[in-house]
Amino acid sequence: MKERMSIVLFSGTVDKLLAASILATGAAAMDMDVEIFLTTWGIEAFRKDAYKTNTRISSDFADYGSTMRELMTAKKAPTWMENILGAREIGNVHIAACSMTLDLFGLTLNDLEPIVDEITGVASFMERARESKVSLFI
Amino acid sequence: MTTQLHVDHFIDAKGMMCPMPIITLKKMWKDVAPGQIVAIAATDQGARRDIPTWAEATGNRLLETNEEQGVLTFYLQKTA
Repeated sequence: MKERMSIVLFSGTVDKLLAASILATGAAAMDMDVEIFLTTWGIEAFRKDAYKTNTRISSDFADYGSTMRELMTAKKAPTWMENILGAREIGNVHIAACSMTLDLFGLTLNDLEPIVDEITGVASFMERARESKVSLFI
Repeated sequence: MTTQLHVDHFIDAKGMMCPMPIITLKKMWKDVAPGQIVAIAATDQGARRDIPTWAEATGNRLLETNEEQGVLTFYLQKTA
């Protein structure tokens, strides 16, 4: 069985999504399986088409927001969504959405990007996380 | 200084930022036949460590590394 990395993706700001997406890509490149559990603002980030207009950045670095966007464009840095799609292309990346957050926001799987595989609760994530070599909360 | 290696595939990853060089390499790898040699040229500063680490982790061979004017070129052989 392959080694696995598990990420709880709680954040919906582009800077943290970028970090999570690069880690997912790296793990996939290193032949690890990747499990991503979206919850709270992570769900918001994966709402259909939201990634196209999401320019939020961590509030403690809000003044860097526009500079970061300009640099990303100028240096042709891949976006976080491009990284996630790239990770899935090269490896086994499973993305689950937190049922509690979906209930809270009144959302279903159809409201999320098609890359999200299924809705689960925290127990399913824990079952996968407990046999992971790397577990992150972002 | 380059020994004469027969390169089967060349990846130009110059200007690509992390993690694109490694994604591009991994994507191509499934089309590489065992024994074939892939050269990848990169300018990402992380590549110096990343490409050798990737080769080791995936059980493939790093044959040679060259550096010329800020461009690192890695020669990898598919052995896994």
